[in-house]
Amino acid sequence: MKTLMLGNEAVARGLYEAGCSFVSSYPGTPSTEITECAAKYEEVYAEWAPNEKVALEAALGASLRGKRSFCAMKHVGLNVAADPLFTISYTGVNAGLIIGVADDAGMHSSQNEQDSRHYARAAKIPMLEPSDSAEALAFAKLAYELSEEYDTAVLMKMCTRVSHSQSVVETGERVLPEQKNYEKNPAKYIMMPAYAKKKHPLVEERTKALTAWAEKTEINRVEQGLDHSTGIITSSTCYQYVKEALGDTYPVLKLGMIWPMPETKIKDFAASVDRLVVVEELDSFIETHCRNLGLTVVGKELFTEIGELSQNVVKEKLGGSVQTGAPLEEEIPARPPVMCAGCPHRSLFYVLKKLKLTVLGDIGCYTLGAVAPLNAIDTTVCMGASVSGLHGFVKAGDEESAGRTVAVIGDSTFIHSGVTGLINIAYNESNSTVIILDNSITGMTGHQQNPTTGYNLKGDPCTKIDLESLCHAVGIKRVRVVDPYDMDACQSAIQEELAVKEPSVIISRRPCALLKYVKHPGPICSDPEKCKGCKACMNIGCPAISMVDGKAVIDETLCVGCGVCEQLCKFGALGTEGGR
Amino acid sequence: METKNIMIVGVGGQGTLLASKLLGRLLLKKGFDVKVSEVHGMSQRGGSVVTYVRWGDRVCSPIIDKGQADCILSFELLEAARYTEYLKPGGRIIVNSQQINPMPVIAGAAVYPEKLVEKLSALDCKVDALDALSLAEKAGSSKAVNLVLMGRLAKHFDFTDEEWMDAIAQSVPPKFLKMNKKAFEAGRSA
Repeated sequence: MKTLMLGNEAVARGLYEAGCSFVSSYPGTPSTEITECAAKYEEVYAEWAPNEKVALEAALGASLRGKRSFCAMKHVGLNVAADPLFTISYTGVNAGLIIGVADDAGMHSSQNEQDSRHYARAAKIPMLEPSDSAEALAFAKLAYELSEEYDTAVLMKMCTRVSHSQSVVETGERVLPEQKNYEKNPAKYIMMPAYAKKKHPLVEERTKALTAWAEKTEINRVEQGLDHSTGIITSSTCYQYVKEALGDTYPVLKLGMIWPMPETKIKDFAASVDRLVVVEELDSFIETHCRNLGLTVVGKELFTEIGELSQNVVKEKLGGSVQTGAPLEEEIPARPPVMCAGCPHRSLFYVLKKLKLTVLGDIGCYTLGAVAPLNAIDTTVCMGASVSGLHGFVKAGDEESAGRTVAVIGDSTFIHSGVTGLINIAYNESNSTVIILDNSITGMTGHQQNPTTGYNLKGDPCTKIDLESLCHAVGIKRVRVVDPYDMDACQSAIQEELAVKEPSVIISRRPCALLKYVKHPGPICSDPEKCKGCKACMNIGCPAISMVDGKAVIDETLCVGCGVCEQLCKFGALGTEGGR
Repeated sequence: METKNIMIVGVGGQGTLLASKLLGRLLLKKGFDVKVSEVHGMSQRGGSVVTYVRWGDRVCSPIIDKGQADCILSFELLEAARYTEYLKPGGRIIVNSQQINPMPVIAGAAVYPEKLVEKLSALDCKVDALDALSLAEKAGSSKAVNLVLMGRLAKHFDFTDEEWMDAIAQSVPPKFLKMNKKAFEAGRSA
């Protein structure tokens, strides 16, 4: 049946059709929907793991036990999973194992723009790179065949435009592969030096064998063009930009497997054209390979390493002209993302700002606490870096600076890799104050369950990790819970914990305002008679409040009635009619 | 046929994704090659959101580039103004006249431009502005702005009533179907 599918959904469909029965992932834009869609198939066991390293190791375990397995993550997640990745290269697999990784050129929802293709070469693991949903589905199935034939995990590289574009796919039936059994095999699965030394040459041989496969596979194909003055090598979404911009003008070598790359096929292609051009986003990966083959090639001098490419960019750089529409001659204000109305993080950040604290931040919706008017965050690096960074910051400073510095981290991020940093705080005894922003969900990626929510990926009730007990268990004696909507209570809790000379954790607990089960009291009313136009309520950056003709006005379609603005108004102009 | 391009723009949370999904279904059923591209994640938190819908004999790029949109369907006035460079000369802008202040305007760091409908009309394009929010409220829910705008789009595209109704039925929950159809009709006849 023909249907429109997101690239991510198509990967999930491919996994399903190929008989995958185990999926373990950590959510991360733009990869999240692969796992969510896989979970909708009853025959597929799917779970959210606490982080990508755990997810990949779980998927390896399932592969060893004999089930085709899968694990998805965003590009920075692969950094977390890099440790198992490099040694899985040596062990190989039993049943097929695919690792999905989604890059985010243009940084639509990421903290960096790293190019995951380097991991394939560095870990010596083959990588397939689909350019649309139909290929995403087909490549997922092909990846399992490769994985089992060549005894290797296979990386499946997605990007924002392939993951989050819907295109036409033709679905097929699920075919279960023959059940494999686990057999003890120390030389294959125990990577201690004696065995690993024997494995490494096999890994190199495998790459040679896969290079030979790359020469003959149809997913690395030459598409003929009319004009041989230029020939283009490309892959992924860039292939689509090239075809859109230039049609069949120039011959194109379209690579479906980005590592290892063919040699003869590329040399032959180069010999058939006057000028060899590589069109690829981010780093010069294909281009460098061509240079290593001794070819003269044009790449990054035309196409930037920064951000996304597009059909217009391809057209302009390869000699075509582009006509754009007319911009409006007007200052158009930016519309950056903001914390939602009723977001429990907002009031907590307001208190941190009021206390003029140095705040080491982390990855999640609450990173938005960094922007105006809250401006309450000093650093954001990677998952967990707030807690571990705070320890170093406090150790390197004096007592006074310890009393002015905190870390903020979400519930899911804390479980992902904040807890190890907290263990370091307890073990090496820094006078650190960590605030866990517990909104009872993984928010930024679109409401995924996590180990602290009490529900699993399929939505069934499950063991709930108790954050208070966890913090106590790792050696933190002072653990307390506050309601972020109560700003006075938050302020005293933070001041008290900063004052004591031992590590402490404050759990700022209130569920995300967008969760369906959260009941809101209804919008706040503003009283124009009482409003003095002092703008105190504007300091929290709530999208539901604006000033009209010098008076605070509440947007009733947005306001959920959290009451935080009410606490800021000294004149009683904001509140509920007749009180709560 | 030449590939057709509609850009759906708005503010995160306004329901632009449902609109593109609906359109995608309809176009696929008509036998076109279709691509619908969107961005999830951070931008959805009240930020500016863009969805590209493209159809034809063979659609390659999932995105619409500057100068390529036949139509910009905007859920909010300022967002229409933000993307005019993407419009083909003589293209069409269908715009909900609703204004949603972005944070820089709320915070007083920027000003929401005045008379945007007039300014848009002065460009080389056809502007069709309507108060989709009021029409949606009249139809039964402020959340049906997307269906009102779909109805308006239907005026300008040559698809049958049956095709639209089919796609709507597939895209909205059954209990809201009647209200959504009402909103669609309100947009089309307004």
